[in-house]
Amino acid sequence: MSAEMLQHALYLSLALFAIGALGVFLRRNVITVLMCIELMLNAANLAFVVFSRAWGSLSGQVFVFFVLTVAAAEAAVGLAIVIAWQRHRDTLDVDAFDSMKG
Amino acid sequence: MMPEFWQQLAISAALIAAIVGTLLGLFSFMTWVERRLLAFMQFRLGPNRAGPLGLFQPIADGIKLFFKEELIPAQANRWAFLGAPVVAMTTALASIAVLPYGPPITLPQVTWLPKWLAWLSGRTIPLQIADLDVGVLYLFAVASLGVYGIVLAGWGANNKYALMGGLRSSAQLFSYELALGLSWVGVILLAGSLRIPDIVASQASGRWGVLPGLLSWNCFVQFPAFVVYLLAATAEVNRIPFDVAEAEAELVAGFHTEYGSMKFALIQMAEYVNMITVSVLATNLFLGGWFAPLSVLQRVLGIDVGLLWFVAKVAGLLFCFIWLRGTLPRVRYDQLMRFGWLVLIPVAVVWILITAAAVVLLGAG
Amino acid sequence: MDAILFYCLAALTLVSAVLVVAQRHPIGSALALIATLSALSGIFGLLGSPFIAVLQLVVYAGAIMVLFLFVLMLVNVRREEERSGTGRRLRWTALGVCALFVAQVGAVLTRLELAPSATPFAAGPRDVARLLFRPEYLYAFEATSVLILAALVGAIALARKEP
Repeated sequence: MSAEMLQHALYLSLALFAIGALGVFLRRNVITVLMCIELMLNAANLAFVVFSRAWGSLSGQVFVFFVLTVAAAEAAVGLAIVIAWQRHRDTLDVDAFDSMKG
Repeated sequence: MMPEFWQQLAISAALIAAIVGTLLGLFSFMTWVERRLLAFMQFRLGPNRAGPLGLFQPIADGIKLFFKEELIPAQANRWAFLGAPVVAMTTALASIAVLPYGPPITLPQVTWLPKWLAWLSGRTIPLQIADLDVGVLYLFAVASLGVYGIVLAGWGANNKYALMGGLRSSAQLFSYELALGLSWVGVILLAGSLRIPDIVASQASGRWGVLPGLLSWNCFVQFPAFVVYLLAATAEVNRIPFDVAEAEAELVAGFHTEYGSMKFALIQMAEYVNMITVSVLATNLFLGGWFAPLSVLQRVLGIDVGLLWFVAKVAGLLFCFIWLRGTLPRVRYDQLMRFGWLVLIPVAVVWILITAAAVVLLGAG
Repeated sequence: MDAILFYCLAALTLVSAVLVVAQRHPIGSALALIATLSALSGIFGLLGSPFIAVLQLVVYAGAIMVLFLFVLMLVNVRREEERSGTGRRLRWTALGVCALFVAQVGAVLTRLELAPSATPFAAGPRDVARLLFRPEYLYAFEATSVLILAALVGAIALARKEP
């Protein structure tokens, strides 16, 4: 594991985060938006692990552990909301939920 | 004079060929064994025409499936439909890579090998393809990934029976996966390690200075965990009494309704390989691996027969799976889910508490 | 050897991540995300964290994504359509903002000089656990269990059909 590889892993993390953010903006289906959020969380995890390796400290991995568990909880609740949403309005389009707009 | 890397590579390649080859051969043998044994239990004969005792039946089946027409339903999603058996087989094979299949073998010291093979003499080869530090956890990961084969198969076929079967089956799989993982925790606590060879070593005769021979095995020391494991494993490999997924006569054929010929063969292969994996894992974690029931039986005529004991235990467990199939009726789906969540998981958790308390208070393990 | 594996996995991760965003059918996105998560798990392993690598497979690829796929199949999604009119402006704005973000953070990252730490790095389950149960993280650990319990109850309450 060379220094250059660590640097490239960090760039990969940045790229993943940007791609995830792009997805959150561009996609219409709410479940896909949730999946892009998971992608961003994973980019953060990768950054944590890279720095944990660079500084020889295991705290980074403990943080990844917490991010993993919180992401699981968030995915569960988010999907439950999506199911309730679908039942109520019969659409999964983010654009359709604008009743609090303006 | 081969450098270390190439020596290791050669040994790994040989191990992979041997283990995967043996397991796939065992799979075809198992199909024959299962059909004959089930037949005897049901007071009939089973396939005995193809070859002596019907032993060529698996080959005949293979040839038949190979030549059958490949059908893909018109509206099916090609990638999911064709990819599902691949995913199922991949996860099945990935799980066999971290299990030990016997004690480490020490090659005898010989002098007649050519120079480039000289490093083989006297070498100890572990009968395990990859000895991971997180061995048991990796198996749990692969078991979780195994759900995708079924989910994709059910959805990709564009058939409401297949989709229902796929969803039911994946719900069953990940419910019992929890109980499966929890049953291992007690064993891991006592062994103090996630490495599978360490867990096997912890079951050597004379555990804690008092337990002789087979009483050291985890199936006695961790009996509730063993029972939970067997039930969860039966559900994980979709065997009767937990085979709602394939529910013949209920859901047509469940998630593999639309599959024929080689794709079907792959799915069946994945299922049998999973069954063998689960039996090998049970032998390693609970039945003392390659240790004999009485320590005097470990060496016969000076040769370590651990491998034979291992094979005997795995065979015994496979027989139990077939026995269950021939004896019990299928459990209803809601009964199955209720049992998994409301009985198995609480039992497993309570047992972990008891084991952990014992480890802390009595200093065991 | 490490380098070849790393660059292959990194390429796989990037391609799958782009597919997650670019695919029209949500189930295709989900499958691409599974591939991304598995490749990331491999990269974690290469970065010297076997425990986190396996945990990523168990939790993310093996549980969370199964949940996603389940919901997608139950809700019976269809292929998504393109946004119209004002949607196109949104697309260019999004691209612009993300490009700006990448440029800014990239500028900071290129100035970092990372090197693998010289101290031997033991990151097995025991070592991570030893850290987790220290007073600094113990409270967070227990709080996370309560969080998961709350999420469990909340998810069931939210998704339940009205009797």
